[in-house]
Amino acid sequence: MSQTFTLDGLSIPFTDGETIIQAATRAGVFIPHLCYHPEFKPHGSCKLCTVKVNGRHTASCTLRAAAGMVVENNTEELNAERRALTQMLFVEGNHFCPSCEKSGHCQLQATAYHLGMMSPHYDHFFPDRPVDASHPEVLLDFNRCILCSLCVRASRDVDGKNVFALSGRGIRTQLIVNAKSGRLADTDFTVDDKAAQICPVGVILKKRRGFAVPIGERPYDRAPLSETALAETAAAGEEGV
Amino acid sequence: MLSNEKKSPATAAVAQSTVDRVLTRYAHDPSYMVQILREVQEACGWISPEAIDRLQAVLGVPRTKIEGVAGFYSFFHTRPVGRYRLLFSDNITDRMQGSAALLERLCSALWIEPGKVSEDGLVSVDRTSCTGLCDQGPGLLVNLRAIGRLTVERIDRIVELVRDEVPLADWPAEFFAIEGNIRRTDVLLATPFAPGDALRAAQARVPSDGLAAANLRSWREGLPTGLGGPAAMLDEIKRANLRGRGGAGFMTGLKWEACRNAPLKAGQQRFVVCNADEGEPGTFKDRVLLSRRADLVFEGMTVAAYAIGARRGFLYLRGEYRYLLDDLNAVLERRRRDGLLGSDIAGMPGADFEIEIHVGAGAYVCGEESALIESLEGKRGTPRNRPPFPVTNGYLDQPTVVNNVETFAAAALIAVHGGDWYAAIGTRHSAGTKLLSVAGDCARPGIYEYPFGVSIRQVLADCGAADAQAVQVSGPSGVCLGAAEFDRCIGFEDIPTAGAFTVFDHSRDMFEVARNYVHFFQHESCGFCTPCRVGTSLLKNLMDKLHQGCGSPYDFAEIEKLNQLLQTMSHCGLGHTACNPVLDTIARFRPAYERRMRQQEFAPAFDLDRALAAARQMTGRDDAGAHFLDQEA
Repeated sequence: MSQTFTLDGLSIPFTDGETIIQAATRAGVFIPHLCYHPEFKPHGSCKLCTVKVNGRHTASCTLRAAAGMVVENNTEELNAERRALTQMLFVEGNHFCPSCEKSGHCQLQATAYHLGMMSPHYDHFFPDRPVDASHPEVLLDFNRCILCSLCVRASRDVDGKNVFALSGRGIRTQLIVNAKSGRLADTDFTVDDKAAQICPVGVILKKRRGFAVPIGERPYDRAPLSETALAETAAAGEEGV
Repeated sequence: MLSNEKKSPATAAVAQSTVDRVLTRYAHDPSYMVQILREVQEACGWISPEAIDRLQAVLGVPRTKIEGVAGFYSFFHTRPVGRYRLLFSDNITDRMQGSAALLERLCSALWIEPGKVSEDGLVSVDRTSCTGLCDQGPGLLVNLRAIGRLTVERIDRIVELVRDEVPLADWPAEFFAIEGNIRRTDVLLATPFAPGDALRAAQARVPSDGLAAANLRSWREGLPTGLGGPAAMLDEIKRANLRGRGGAGFMTGLKWEACRNAPLKAGQQRFVVCNADEGEPGTFKDRVLLSRRADLVFEGMTVAAYAIGARRGFLYLRGEYRYLLDDLNAVLERRRRDGLLGSDIAGMPGADFEIEIHVGAGAYVCGEESALIESLEGKRGTPRNRPPFPVTNGYLDQPTVVNNVETFAAAALIAVHGGDWYAAIGTRHSAGTKLLSVAGDCARPGIYEYPFGVSIRQVLADCGAADAQAVQVSGPSGVCLGAAEFDRCIGFEDIPTAGAFTVFDHSRDMFEVARNYVHFFQHESCGFCTPCRVGTSLLKNLMDKLHQGCGSPYDFAEIEKLNQLLQTMSHCGLGHTACNPVLDTIARFRPAYERRMRQQEFAPAFDLDRALAAARQMTGRDDAGAHFLDQEA
């Protein structure tokens, strides 16, 4: 691991094939992200993890590190842009944190706090997205979907089921499930699937477990996202070894 | 539900036999998903749940994947549409030619709303992105056959034909007559060319000094070396300084060489792809090239295959040009008969090359080369993360050259006449000629071919645009020029262009031009990345807000911030350029915006009276009591 690049002035070692976000995380530097997850192939769609590499904006989850790269991450310019993207995600869907079961354990909400987002800023779109309560054990609340596709990847790559996919185009892009009826109950989805554990927001929720952990005691209530994310990645890394 | 269940056995049987027939044609290969869905829809009218059942069962592909693809493309329908499906081209040029009033006339005569299907399932009417008939608009597509030069008389006749359920084959032939409108020709359109000329010339070439040793591989890996042609052919393309005609202007010779030198893993091969997904509003040159000089294009692809060692090629034809498919397939068939495609082309042992045509289904973003490749592979047309680039990891992750239609046509001529001949045309940094698709406010719209370096003013004079206020060069993703810039020149060193050249005279409101383009980008955003998916909608809402008279300096600042975000954070060129029309028109035609700055302070976009429109429509009321009247106003 003799090769390095610089990240906000720090020298970050990396191995061949590692992406910038992987190397940064291992070195203990947090880069905000939503569609990236250390266990899955990067998607590169949310653009929250955008950094500047030699002056050029690029997603750090898809770009492989190269020796001598000069990377900017925690700058006012980039955080302002990330904040705007977070606001876009908030107004695109229907996110009502105070009444959401995922509050305090929601990566979108925690990202908003991390970036100092004080308001949604843009006009809300208020899309019409019906919930799917058909499954006996899992509720799908599409109102909160940020189209990160983690459930798509988890179901396809880990569960081998292809329960989820993205359909539609543009602002009408939507999450669909693998059933002619379009209902989760008619798929082979189970509560033990990897895809049931992966949603960073409050779309895929286990039924009858609401508020099992009281507000105030949830992961992002106890420690900020930046610490939690790094700790989780480190734990996942140890498990992998 | 009941009625559905009752009719489902018959519907399912039809869907099943159709799907089986189409799947046989495509050898049950899911990478043909876009073509499979297109043909199923052409036969059944739409892609029914029963058809998807059968596709899923036979192909063993998850339903989510099929529905994901079907849901991406504008021309795929997973709900029934009218037997006559009328799509009005909604480019700014169509609007300038009066398309909005014609759409309204047709809809009121047929008692139908845009975007809806008539209750008897006979007809549906909607708008679609530019269909490439700007020089003979306004245009529409009826079941993907193009009708241009719409007039009140034509619309009234169409209403009768639809009402009387006259089959399309019996509609007046002159409706479907598409004109070439070639107004100025140069080497690309005028050089005599017989099919096979370029291949024979390429074959006859010996490697020139210097590059002779670079690569002496034969047509395809594993064959005896000794054919000098391929490396020498590549040499000529480089010597010609040919640059990609899709707008970005990458050196074609370098692209071909990178593909040729890309390592092949076991079982892999190289591919040649012709990008005929001409979706940029205002562009129609590829339609003309493919109608008039198809042999030149196909031969250019074959020359590329010869130079890089490819055995398969694709022409990706935009769905709006579906009506060109049969003629193009006939040209391919003739070339096969003449030994210019297939095995041992032009008598060269081992020289095998085939071209297939893939038809798109209404998605501008597929003009982006990696999205195009995704679509070719039967997927949603989402641009890939790059690097790696298509030259090393393209179609099915194998080395692939993607070039514009015009680039291949030029390559064929370079094969015949040599690189030096071509490099001598045009300017130092922009060799050769460029086809311009001239439309808008001018006396003689059509195709103009010029050597690079021609001034905007010259083109305006030639096409008879005496009163030009502005020219949009290269479409909405290009640049909008005002009169002060008409001495600038077409070329990579000044004004690069993919070919659109849309003229606006002084009667045009440049704000409305920009607003039309913003709507276009919002409609065509693929939705993959956050900034473009949400940002293009926010931009559209801001432009609509200004249009409605609620604009203030605050909204101006918002537009500028959004532009910054789209340019820096977007995944592909669509997002990067989506703000161009707004920024350009603000910079050059600021009064058009200032007229809309009715508010000094921030005003909300929400308007209570407008919000009540849906309720008024539902109750059939439009009296004073059904309106919210602002007492202070």
